[in-house]
Amino acid sequence: MEKLFQKISLSSATLVLVLLLGIFTTLFISAKPAVEAFGLQFITDQRWNQEIPLIESSDTVIEDSDDAIIADEDDEDMILDEDDEEDAATKTVFGGLVPIIGTLLSTLIALLFAMPIAMGIAVFLAEIASKNISKFVGMAIELLAAIPSIIFGMWGLYYFAPLIADTFGGYQVSLLTAGLVLGVMILPFMAAVTRDSMNTTPDVLKESAYALGATKFEVVKDIIFPYSKTGIIGSIILALGRALGETMAVAFLIGAVYSLPDKITDPTISIPVAMAVNFGEASGLGESALFYLGLILFVMSFAVISFAKFYFLKRGNA
Amino acid sequence: MTKVIKIALASSLLVSGLAANDVIKGSGASFPYSVYQKWIKAYNKATGIKVDYISKGSSKGIKDAKARQVDFAGTDKPLSPKVLKKHGLYQFPGVVGAITMGYNLPGVKNLKLSRAAIVSIANGSTKYWDDALIANTNKGLKLPHEKLTFVHRADGSGTTFNFTYYLSKVDKTWRHKYGAKKSLNWPGNHHIGGNKNTGVASLIKQTPFAVGYIDYADAQKNGIVMASVENRAGNYIKPELKAFQAAAAKADLNPKKDFYSVIADPKGANSYPIVAATFILLPKENPAMDKKVTAFYDWSYKNGQEIAKSLGFVPLPKSLTDKIHTYWEAKGIQ
Repeated sequence: MEKLFQKISLSSATLVLVLLLGIFTTLFISAKPAVEAFGLQFITDQRWNQEIPLIESSDTVIEDSDDAIIADEDDEDMILDEDDEEDAATKTVFGGLVPIIGTLLSTLIALLFAMPIAMGIAVFLAEIASKNISKFVGMAIELLAAIPSIIFGMWGLYYFAPLIADTFGGYQVSLLTAGLVLGVMILPFMAAVTRDSMNTTPDVLKESAYALGATKFEVVKDIIFPYSKTGIIGSIILALGRALGETMAVAFLIGAVYSLPDKITDPTISIPVAMAVNFGEASGLGESALFYLGLILFVMSFAVISFAKFYFLKRGNA
Repeated sequence: MTKVIKIALASSLLVSGLAANDVIKGSGASFPYSVYQKWIKAYNKATGIKVDYISKGSSKGIKDAKARQVDFAGTDKPLSPKVLKKHGLYQFPGVVGAITMGYNLPGVKNLKLSRAAIVSIANGSTKYWDDALIANTNKGLKLPHEKLTFVHRADGSGTTFNFTYYLSKVDKTWRHKYGAKKSLNWPGNHHIGGNKNTGVASLIKQTPFAVGYIDYADAQKNGIVMASVENRAGNYIKPELKAFQAAAAKADLNPKKDFYSVIADPKGANSYPIVAATFILLPKENPAMDKKVTAFYDWSYKNGQEIAKSLGFVPLPKSLTDKIHTYWEAKGIQ
């Protein structure tokens, strides 16, 4: 029995590793044509789905097509067959810079917006509110966490986007709109986990501080925050992971425009959105460029989260 | 024990095989999805035959047809006879739809857009509503000096393909630079993308001074104001069923070329210019199944006209369905 139990728990643990490795491998295999075509330049290239004439035969190609137009106005072969790429005279270039920047910026806005509010909620629930209120508000927050993201997307599009445009000017769907709605979405995670870890602060510590004459603010600042630091950072990492990968809500709100934003109210695009909205009609190199983006997101979330974990948590323990 | 398992497996295979045979499976284009869906329901009611059409997008539909994973596939982009031959496919048109220019200009009605104006809105060279290109064709209207926001589809779609095809047909520069595509990296910095038709519709409605392309059915459903568009003959045509039918009647769809043609910008004084036919692909090697599919479309051409109209689509004119019948007969799939 003991052995069986050990084996079962071991296999559950290895399953995660196998899954992770499997996902990475399939992503990499599907992305390979794009990786080979664009290399690491993909990350710094702003152009997405842009056709450029092939260098070696560019002159003749342009001449040819000019003649064709003059000769035949109703030339039906202008239907570019993306699904049949063999006789393409142009090359399509895919670059991932815009979605990568869009993902990072929208996540940053979400974190900046959600972090202070989440901390406020957690402190209120853990320390200030009475038991009943704390229970009630706590439940509301957990409910907020359970709302499917598509609902946030629709709400954001119909009610929040006009509000943002009225307040800040610019476009209704933009980096700012997407970031703020993302912030609302990750808020409950942060607040709930932070509250729970604040609740683990031993009463003895708090009571001794109060006995020494500390005010409520001082107790929160000097006792509770340091004590629950690990949990708070954990909650931020969890939220970060969700914000990086959020798709449905952001797809409605970010504007899906492949250009770097000049202002915060400009539309742009993020990696999950680029993948979700283009996947249905993608084929060939375009499809594998999407997988390449997915691979980058995978590596990016992994890097950001492990950096946050090692850097902050190590310091937290020291 | 193994025997039992084998028998169970075999019988379950048999059952699932039978079940699969009862259903005609299709996948592909999302543009005609709403009308196919209603036709399928009505057909099932009338005949008891089940048809299953999954809206995956034209590219995936083409892929499914090539891989023989479906009994028929829908595509907004016709395949050339050469490609059809290579992959052993038949092709015929299913239904015709129209794309409209929806706009949001407080206090402005009956906007008219010339061919040049539509191109310059799409490529970003027209920045303000009172630009001469728009103002010249709207003499009686007071156009505001406001920045124009162009709304397009964020996701890859047949609607975008048909709209950019139209642009390519009316403007050579557009054709060279951008071409006709299902998803496009739009030029200029005056545009925003809406996710699916819902997204585009609500962005046009919510953003003052916005203009965008959207299929007729969704524009109508969402109460979006639609512009009259200059056609090939130089007339400004209101988007309405009558004008779409006039366009469909002029469409040059030739059975000898497997109907390979995009019908945008047709001839005719009363034709609405931004129209699109959507097509059906059939694998060659299973005539028995193909006959079932053509029977469904035959029934729909005849009995599904009102359904198509109610959804903002144009039923194929008699002259065209006659051609399709001849095509089916010639291929032995009727």
